[in-house]
Amino acid sequence: MKALVWHGKEDIRCDSVSDPEIQDPRDAIIKVTSCAICGSDLHLFHNFIPAMLPGDIMGHETMGEVVEVGSGASGKLKKGDRIVVPFTIICGECDQCRRGNFSVCERSNRNKALAEKAFGHTTAGLFGYTHLTGGYPGGQAEYLRVPFADATHIKVPDGIPDEKLLFLSDIFPTGWQAAAQCDIEPTDTVAIWGCGPVGQMAIRSAILLGAKQVVAIDRLPERLGMAAAGGAITINFDEESVIERLNELTGGKGPEKCIDCVGMESHVSLSYPDTIYDRAKQFMMLENDRPHVLREMIYVCRGGGVLSIPGVYSGLDDKIPLGMLMNKGLTVRTGQTHVNKWTDDLLRRIEEGQIDPSFVITHTVGLEDGPEMYKTFRDKQDGCVKVVLKP
Amino acid sequence: MNFLSNITRSEGDPRILRTGPSSLSMTDKLARGLGWFSIGLGLVELVAPRKLTRALGMEGMEPLVRAYGARELAAGVVTLSPDKQVGLTSRVVGDALDIATLLAAMGPRNRRRDNVGLALAMVVGVTMLDIAATKAVAVRHGRKSNGDARRYADRTGFPQGVEAARRVATAQRQGA
Repeated sequence: MKALVWHGKEDIRCDSVSDPEIQDPRDAIIKVTSCAICGSDLHLFHNFIPAMLPGDIMGHETMGEVVEVGSGASGKLKKGDRIVVPFTIICGECDQCRRGNFSVCERSNRNKALAEKAFGHTTAGLFGYTHLTGGYPGGQAEYLRVPFADATHIKVPDGIPDEKLLFLSDIFPTGWQAAAQCDIEPTDTVAIWGCGPVGQMAIRSAILLGAKQVVAIDRLPERLGMAAAGGAITINFDEESVIERLNELTGGKGPEKCIDCVGMESHVSLSYPDTIYDRAKQFMMLENDRPHVLREMIYVCRGGGVLSIPGVYSGLDDKIPLGMLMNKGLTVRTGQTHVNKWTDDLLRRIEEGQIDPSFVITHTVGLEDGPEMYKTFRDKQDGCVKVVLKP
Repeated sequence: MNFLSNITRSEGDPRILRTGPSSLSMTDKLARGLGWFSIGLGLVELVAPRKLTRALGMEGMEPLVRAYGARELAAGVVTLSPDKQVGLTSRVVGDALDIATLLAAMGPRNRRRDNVGLALAMVVGVTMLDIAATKAVAVRHGRKSNGDARRYADRTGFPQGVEAARRVATAQRQGA
């Protein structure tokens, strides 16, 4: 089969690889009908997250048709079922899964010992996302083996196009969880940094959850335009001060809820000297991430507010104003997404026509064009916001 | 065909049979080559400045050569990063410094003028490569004007409109 394979920093290739096989009775194999490139794939593309190995298949936003089912999954899945594959692999039985904390499933990470060394306790296995999270082959391929398939799936009905359903795998529930864990009140201003795909979903989620006003922060006109279309007030941080504008929009009090959809690779700019400091430290391997957005959120958030962080951070960061965080009594909520916790509700909203997540797709190409699209997406060329691949 | 990376695959996982074209373009490969060259030259300048100054008749200028070595190392690291444009630009600036320094050493009293001339020719050659790579990277990876031309004002994501979407939460609260 064809698959997008990581060969090293900025080196993705569309390779011919052997087909996946059932390895465990709970496995299923799907024929991929649609998959997507995620913003967090770019962290792997840049080799910013450790434990990728040449030969790893990329991709964690995938859907398709079940073509083979292991004996242990046959009660829940059958050949021909149409499923979206959540990016978090879940056993559905461990203590964390039973609590709904699917992204920290205690059994699905096959490199659990490595994860425990890195994180203290294991996190769930993820598709195509380093050997820290199991080293599972990803879904930017013609076929995908789904481990623990009896639990790791979202069954979707026929008659709704892939484009409306695919993002149930990651970015839609990720944006939704980011907004939901803010406990939005009708009087709240929700400020969202980053208008990439997750930011766009967080904006729509905050609107659906009833925020008084949603403010979106970015610098790319096409992304700000898409944010405004979804009902957000926009701030272009290349043109105006984020802090001054947010205070102005909130009567000087600051937004009650702040969402970081940027994460570890914040834009480096002379206007924000801390980003240059972080980049220099990254070059010297003295710091993993560039946490400018986190610092800005802590500074501008209203006292007693909530900071929600769906943006990916990889390791050790410095100059985080913990004193400010503590004295303002801010609540921090973060984590990889507990996808299956939200997808029943989100699928219902799609079916009812409350939201159509396909709005975010700007490019649809074949799998063989994937390597080129990684660069287009990374360089934000041609108005690229979201790439869908059709194997 | 055997691929070394296949030895790291877990049993049963897909293995590479045949590899396809890389996302790394010729421009990226040139930038990467210049980055490693920068690191190599920087290490030589840092570790063995005396050998260089002797060969160029520039004895006594070892501290300057070491400083240039540190500069080359820094430029190399940045050129190998995703910010290759910044690294390559800094290399071009560094090349100008190198050329100025070598030109100053071309005086008639320098017994090693021939070596300096040779070094100058090499630096000029590398400078041409650096300039070409800087331009090519800017073209390949820079945002083009049509990126700005794309507008998504109609992409609300809400089939029933934004105002209907705002009313969803209100309706739910009232229902609850």
